[in-house]
Amino acid sequence: MSDTATEEHPRERVQLHNAVIRFAGDSGDGMQLTGDRFTAQSALAGNDLATLPDFPAEIRAPAGTLAGVSSFQLHFSDQDIHTPGDAPDVLVAMNPAALMKHLEALKPGGTVILNTDAFTERNLQKAGYEDDPRYDGSLTDFQVHEVPVTDLTLRALEGHVERGELNKKGAERCKNMLALGLVSWMFSRRIDETETWLQSKFAAKPELADANVTALRAGWNYGETTEAFVFHYEVKAAPLLAGRYRNITGNQAVAYGLIAASVRAELPLFYGSYPITPASDILHELAKQKNFGVQTFQAEDEIAAIGSVIGAAFGGSLAVTASSGPGIALKTEAMGLAVATELPLLVVNVMRGGPSTGLPTKTEQSDLNQVLYGRNGEAPLPVVAAASPSDCFDVTLEAARIALTYRIPVVVLSDGYLANSAEPWLLPAVDDLPRLSEAFEVTTEPNADGAFQPYKRDEQTLARPWALPGTPGLEHRIGGLEKELDSGHISYDPANHHAMTELRHERVRRIADGLPPLEVEDPSGEAEVLVVGWGSTSGPIRAACAQLRERGLQVARVHLRHLSPLPNDLDELLRSYRTVVCPENNMGQLSTILRARTLVDIKGYHRVTGQPFASDELAAAIEDFGWGEQA
Amino acid sequence: MTTNEGKLTKKDFTSDREVRWCPGCGDYAILATVQSLLPEMGARPESTVFVSGIGCSSRFPYYMDTYGIHSIHGRAPALATGLAISRPDLDVWVVTGDGDGLSIGGNHLMHALRRNVNLKILLFNNEIYGLTKGQYSPTSPLGSTHKSTPLGSLDRPINPVSLALGVEATYVARSIDTDRQHLSEVLRRAYQHRGSAFVEIYQNCNIFNDGAFAALKDKDRKDHNQIRLESGEPITFGPDNERAVVAEPDGSMSIVPTEEAGDRVVIHDPAREEPTTAFALSRLALNPVGPTPIGIFRDVDRPVYDDLVREQVEQSRAQQGDGDLQALLASGNVWDVG
Ligand SMILES: Cc1ncc(C[n+]2csc(CCOP(=O)(O)OP(=O)(O)O)c2C)c(N)n1
Ligand code: SF4
Ligand SMILES: [Mg+2]
Repeated sequence: MSDTATEEHPRERVQLHNAVIRFAGDSGDGMQLTGDRFTAQSALAGNDLATLPDFPAEIRAPAGTLAGVSSFQLHFSDQDIHTPGDAPDVLVAMNPAALMKHLEALKPGGTVILNTDAFTERNLQKAGYEDDPRYDGSLTDFQVHEVPVTDLTLRALEGHVERGELNKKGAERCKNMLALGLVSWMFSRRIDETETWLQSKFAAKPELADANVTALRAGWNYGETTEAFVFHYEVKAAPLLAGRYRNITGNQAVAYGLIAASVRAELPLFYGSYPITPASDILHELAKQKNFGVQTFQAEDEIAAIGSVIGAAFGGSLAVTASSGPGIALKTEAMGLAVATELPLLVVNVMRGGPSTGLPTKTEQSDLNQVLYGRNGEAPLPVVAAASPSDCFDVTLEAARIALTYRIPVVVLSDGYLANSAEPWLLPAVDDLPRLSEAFEVTTEPNADGAFQPYKRDEQTLARPWALPGTPGLEHRIGGLEKELDSGHISYDPANHHAMTELRHERVRRIADGLPPLEVEDPSGEAEVLVVGWGSTSGPIRAACAQLRERGLQVARVHLRHLSPLPNDLDELLRSYRTVVCPENNMGQLSTILRARTLVDIKGYHRVTGQPFASDELAAAIEDFGWGEQA
Repeated sequence: MTTNEGKLTKKDFTSDREVRWCPGCGDYAILATVQSLLPEMGARPESTVFVSGIGCSSRFPYYMDTYGIHSIHGRAPALATGLAISRPDLDVWVVTGDGDGLSIGGNHLMHALRRNVNLKILLFNNEIYGLTKGQYSPTSPLGSTHKSTPLGSLDRPINPVSLALGVEATYVARSIDTDRQHLSEVLRRAYQHRGSAFVEIYQNCNIFNDGAFAALKDKDRKDHNQIRLESGEPITFGPDNERAVVAEPDGSMSIVPTEEAGDRVVIHDPAREEPTTAFALSRLALNPVGPTPIGIFRDVDRPVYDDLVREQVEQSRAQQGDGDLQALLASGNVWDVG
């Protein structure tokens, strides 16, 4: 927490520029929901914010254990921010396991709010504590608030239990709302919006709504009336660009981006997918939006999902599938078919930790090589990656533009972090979105002296005609066997195969000719060190660069949205710096590609912890490569 | 290229590509039958799509002057499902083989059938992997000796009709490549059926598995072995109808001399909701080396998956109104700055 006024007056409202708060508890404690609500309240207060949910892969890991701890981190600020924050200022630990797991991350001197009711001998033991951390000195560096959250909740709801509106267990379950109320008071957050939200969420069960609201208010009042909390804080509204905002997660943004692409392309959206973490929410979201004409198909596996999408693309839909690494692995053969048949479609990969099943609920950037190269034969295709949750919307539209313009399958990379984190999003005006209907044409007439040649292409884009079944006179057959140039007939001719292979590469390469110039962030204009990044590391890299500049180290930054083809002006750019650093949540996949392409001695910083980079960590690494021992 | 005016003929469905199957392959006969039948049934080349997987049989779409996709091994039902859902105006046919449809693609076949997607699925069963030059397939009889099984195959074969009935396919039939009349009739009914129609076609691979269906095709044997299923008729067969199919107390079926059958003889009813009787019929022959039923095993009406998908879209439109993108983007909590 960085504060501007630290007047030590009891119960003073202290102004902060920003704060990082982490809610942690058992999977059953409702921490994700608590975090979501606090996020919504902070958004309404006008803060810029970024969130980082982190939950176990197991649906119901044993209660009270470290494996069962679920957490939600929120960074909110009166300034423009780009990461969910490194170390939390405030940790709300609903049980000993949550404390055990997250105390390490807390800032020195940070605040811990403990639910003391959960600090039973058994829970301490389950968390791996030999002694109660409240009494063994391990919390001395922190400001500890011991709050009997469960007991307070039960007392607040005594009447509800007596009236038989809910049982004791049900009452206990409202303890997350009590914690939320208390933290809301701490940060001067209004709770009326959450009250309204609870009323509508439990519309069918008014007694539950009432119990939750009662607990929420009890938490707020506890902060207000007890003397335990000397300060409370305020983070004012951030000077965001004027306009209407909402919070959006990456998965929501992909789903909305797809619907927007369908609307702007004037094509029906077909979405075929097989459930997999962390991509399933895209399917869930789209399944709710059928009134946009969206057809969703939950296939029997990922191969069928992309198969259905190839069929729908042949039929003239904007056809899309999404998965995560293991599912993308299953789709590879069909992606090759889409490359060979030159159909426009999108494959979204919400990356998670690998290899194999890996870390289903954690984030990683390790599928870049998979989507670039994971197909048999020479099968190049375009790849774009999202930088932030809301950028998933724009990147999805960009992918649709490329797919439709060049009639080619396009991969969209997101990751577990983007998928589930939220940030405020300045709502675009629909009329300002790219008019994708102008990016392509459906072919309705023969193109070769009264005949139709399905592989006769546009000279500029090299796109082949998109002739849809139902069109008389344009009957044609496509498939995975090599095609003859123009006619599209099966051909085993050696020279033709080489020509077609070159053509498939050239088709992808030409996409780069239509890309805007790279934007380099270098406020001083004098930086000799460049940081190049892609995907969700964008926020941490940006924050790290800002830190370095504050310390007088001039560093430039460039973010790559297009990973295939790489932008035309990239080579020149990389060659013009003394040092180029490329941080990735993988073992150096992009840096290897950039080295091979530019022969620049790119310095890679690689870590795969399942978590996004902390900006401190990145700043240290960049400094080391740029000015330190490794320079 | 078709002119699309006036009455269409076989020529309008025949592409200019040279047919490349081995001379004598059963695929030729099936192709000729389909090419003649489609115009006869009023199909339009521009509204017809053939989707196939990989195999000799899967080259089929190249020879049809319709739309077509020669896809990847085993996945044709998946592609066809996406196409059928998104394009109700098309006639979507799937051509697959015993390896393509039952081995690598067994999963997709099963799910397309149980969903009852509006597809006409033709499974060319030659009891062999033709394209890869003669390995045994999931329909090869137990103990078959082929390239990969010099000492005899060890795994029990799948009976494709039993499989289709097991997942409650709504139209299930079997025919023979060279029996043009029978095949035409079975395909005609398949075309008229809304929902998944599954047709197993015994197809001779004269190169790697010649004579696999001799029991049903040889002049002097076929009358003894073809059990021709006719709706509403007692199931009897043989040159003089001297044999009959009867139901046993345990639910299975067996073959007895007609004079002993009495009223135990099974009256064929493909419209029966329950697939159990049809399934029992399919078990009369695990492989077609003796008496084997051919014809339509099952033909029932059930809601069609792709119709239902589209209905949900229409319902949502009726209930929520046409999607409004600006409103969608601004759904949930919004706040204004400035
Ligand atoms: C993924 C994949 N695995 C294997 C093959 C090789 N392959 C091609 S066709 C085939 C079997 C074909 O048998 P069937 O489906 O019975 O068709 P037929 O040639 O007998 O008509 C195999 C194994 C392939 N093309 N793709
Ligand atoms: S190998 Fe057999 S199935 Fe294939 S074309 Fe030749 S005869 Fe027909
Ligand atoms: Mg075969």
